[in-house]
Amino acid sequence: MVDTRVTLSGITLDNPVIPASGAFGYGREFAEWYDLDCLGTFSFKGTTKDPRFGNPTPRIAETSGGMLNAVGLQNPGVEKVISEELPRMKEIFHKPVMANVSGFSIDEYTETCALLDREEQVGWLEVNISCPNVHGGGMAFGSSPEAAAAVTRAVKAVTTKPVYMKLSPNVTDIAAVARACEDAGADGVSLINTLLAMRISLKTKKPLLANGTGGLSGPAVFPVAIRMVYQVYEAVNIPIIGMGGVGSAEDVVEMMLAGATAVEVGAANLVNPFACRDIIDALPSVMQKYGINSLTEIIGGAHNG
Amino acid sequence: MTQGIYKIEYNRSLTADVWEMRLLGDTGAITAPGQFINIRMDGLFLRRPVSICDWDENGLTILYKVVGQGTAALAGRKPGQELDALCGLGNGFDVSRCGSRTVVIGGGVGTPPMYGLAKALLKAGKAPIAILGFNKKEEIFYEDQFRALGIETAITTVDGSYGVKGFVTDALPEDYDYFCACGPLPMLKAVYSAAATSGLMSFEERMGCGFGACMGCSCKTKYGNKRICKDGPVLEKEEIIW
Repeated sequence: MVDTRVTLSGITLDNPVIPASGAFGYGREFAEWYDLDCLGTFSFKGTTKDPRFGNPTPRIAETSGGMLNAVGLQNPGVEKVISEELPRMKEIFHKPVMANVSGFSIDEYTETCALLDREEQVGWLEVNISCPNVHGGGMAFGSSPEAAAAVTRAVKAVTTKPVYMKLSPNVTDIAAVARACEDAGADGVSLINTLLAMRISLKTKKPLLANGTGGLSGPAVFPVAIRMVYQVYEAVNIPIIGMGGVGSAEDVVEMMLAGATAVEVGAANLVNPFACRDIIDALPSVMQKYGINSLTEIIGGAHNG
Repeated sequence: MTQGIYKIEYNRSLTADVWEMRLLGDTGAITAPGQFINIRMDGLFLRRPVSICDWDENGLTILYKVVGQGTAALAGRKPGQELDALCGLGNGFDVSRCGSRTVVIGGGVGTPPMYGLAKALLKAGKAPIAILGFNKKEEIFYEDQFRALGIETAITTVDGSYGVKGFVTDALPEDYDYFCACGPLPMLKAVYSAAATSGLMSFEERMGCGFGACMGCSCKTKYGNKRICKDGPVLEKEEIIW
């Protein structure tokens, strides 16, 4: 019997597989496809203080080996998430959930995080300082170590649950941002968010997305994510949730060897609604194939010493 | 909603760029005309949504226009090959809301779901009237299939090369009690303005997942934000914000 369990800031997950925020809504659509209780946990749709419709359409475009999205943090706002979505989530998922939070000012981050922190269902806060698709916020906070640290400090001051800062790959030195978050008290870091990208239509000769730019995700970004998780693992002593183009149990193992304690799966869910369940089902045989008895033991295994 | 493997029975061109494909497989998830399937294609990341034209217990028919990479790849698929598709997506047309004389309006490649709708209306004991709009004679497809249902069918062409010259709105009958429409946005807007009754309209949008998860195809309506793939593609006339 192989052991797929991992522990994320004191909470043990049955397996390291976590549907990523933005690719899984509040779980409801996927509960129509399979029983969500097989998941380690899931990171729900990025939540902001106020309701947001998001960007104009088209918000989605195909790329080689992936996709672009510029949804723009559409969500009903934290009050409705607490009053309507959390009770619904409780019916379809019976483990702690990860609350993903975005904001446009430090006050918005702290207000939203403080409200979600009080909810019993919430096991961890994942603070998105890296959304490339909104203006005047989001990625701006993840673009410099100082701004990332400021958000981390402010959120930590008003919360009790483990705080994971979700980092942007659209920086020169992601390890420096991760280190700043650790120094500011973050319990962990999540990476990578999508890569800022664009496609242009040959027919209209204009960008395919109404927003112009969007975030690239899918298998195309996987090697970039592996590299960044590897670099951040060398730089910090807090746990890493690795993500970016993960689509198979092999990818999960590779991400953990790079240094991830748990692994999020995003775009793959949109193409195969059963992606996370399939990955979880495949994990034991992939572990056996590569002589792995316990997933916890392989975290950071690709590093020397 | 189901995910399944479908075997291509045939895949043939109806016009220069519109194709008809019959897929054999599980259709149990289809609950209404106007729903769609989301097809996975080798070498492409995102699935491609295509409306269901017709279905029975053994399989379904889709009609699609070759407009890009995905549909071009679809046109290259051969009988006997298999496709992975999510089936029974979207809300579809609610036949119970339709009147006894519902006009079903299809514009170009918006025509296919109206065929399944016309059949469903007939089955429900109603008498649909079909109006099918095209740019020109060479682009017309499925006229015979609609006529074979034994329903009043009007064809319009923008250039007047066949049927009524003009747009679908130029062929609206005097007496009808409801309408259902699917077609390009300018056509839907024209129908919205011209229609004397309430009705249902099917919309198109770029989709990520096709089952409501990614919020890629959201739109604003008078009844709140909706996802074209999950809460649509069919919206009520009264809720539409242009």
